Amino acid sequence: MITAERKPLEELIEYIKPFKRILLLGCNECVTVCAAGGRKEVGMLASGLQMARLKSGTSVEIQQHTIERQCDPEYVEELASMIDGADAVLSMACGCGVQQIAMRYKDKPVFPALNTKFMGASERQGVWAERCQGCGDCLLGITGGICPISRCAKQLMNGPCGGSTTGKCEISEDVDCAWQLIWDRLKTLGLTERYLDIIPAKDWRTGGGSGPRKIIREDLAE
Amino acid sequence: MENFEPVIVAFCCHYCAYTAADMAGSQRLPYPSNVKIIRVPCSGQVDSLHIVKAFEKGADGVYVAGCLDGDCHFKNGNVKAAKRIAYVQKYLEEIGLESERLEMVNISAGMGHRFAEVASTITEKIRKLGPSPIKASASL
Ligand code: SF4
Ligand code: SF4
Repeated sequence: MITAERKPLEELIEYIKPFKRILLLGCNECVTVCAAGGRKEVGMLASGLQMARLKSGTSVEIQQHTIERQCDPEYVEELASMIDGADAVLSMACGCGVQQIAMRYKDKPVFPALNTKFMGASERQGVWAERCQGCGDCLLGITGGICPISRCAKQLMNGPCGGSTTGKCEISEDVDCAWQLIWDRLKTLGLTERYLDIIPAKDWRTGGGSGPRKIIREDLAE
Repeated sequence: MENFEPVIVAFCCHYCAYTAADMAGSQRLPYPSNVKIIRVPCSGQVDSLHIVKAFEKGADGVYVAGCLDGDCHFKNGNVKAAKRIAYVQKYLEEIGLESERLEMVNISAGMGHRFAEVASTITEKIRKLGPSPIKASASL
């Protein structure tokens, strides 16, 4: 999923300062799962913004609404009348959702309420960790199912650097060395000979190196 | 602030703190009427949103009362509640409210005295802090 965290309240208060009627818009997917921008967080933020306003002697009308996916035009389309009634939109989706709203409703100011972080997985309750950088040419099949792009601080392709100590990365004791994890897994799978294959230098064109990427499925595209 | 009567919302868990409140009542122990008790199945059930909403609606102080450490009827609801309180306290600071307005306390079912004492101490503390700035401006 895409993970995110709420921006500091101060920044959000500043964004909405000139406006009287705000549509605070949550998203039911990724950001709900990582507890950053779902219905519940919309409620928390609406309350916080209202209180901050009241404290400064003004108030604001905040309409709370959460849609299935802000990155899908069908759902975004349904917001037309609601957006009409608002002076600005504060979106609690990831950056993709915010942009979708901005593209569809060109004359309405739209602000991000979250900082979008990374593509990750849940390690345990309340903890999310980066797992993929969308390099466009997945290596997991030859690296024992562990990603050296997102999990190795130097994105090394052929084994660890000299800083790998007792399974930890040199940047922090809290970070596992990705190549240690890869080696351990290859051993468990009985595939250690794989480790000797040289992985060629990565071609970053598939990973954003040649500009914004797009997927077009001819069979589906209209 | 002499005449200020704070409104305090106390989320009390059914198995311990609420029973203690009951006991305080049957023992005729006096405690301030400022404290409005809301019974909840477990302190771990009190959501951040409930707390924040209480403040938005004009509470001057809020506390969540759960069982003693290790005594939670649902294993660790009180531990979860304590973490949530710490989280909401930070949020209150961001909003511009004193985090002291929110507190977590632990009271066992038999502690009627402690219930009354906590209610009085917290009421006094909030009285000293003064009315919530939210309520003050909302009523303007
Ligand atoms: S807008 Fe972002 S958070 Fe919402 S479903 Fe799409 S990708 Fe996930
Ligand atoms: S190798 Fe590339 S696609 Fe595969 S998990 Fe890593 S970053 Fe993602």
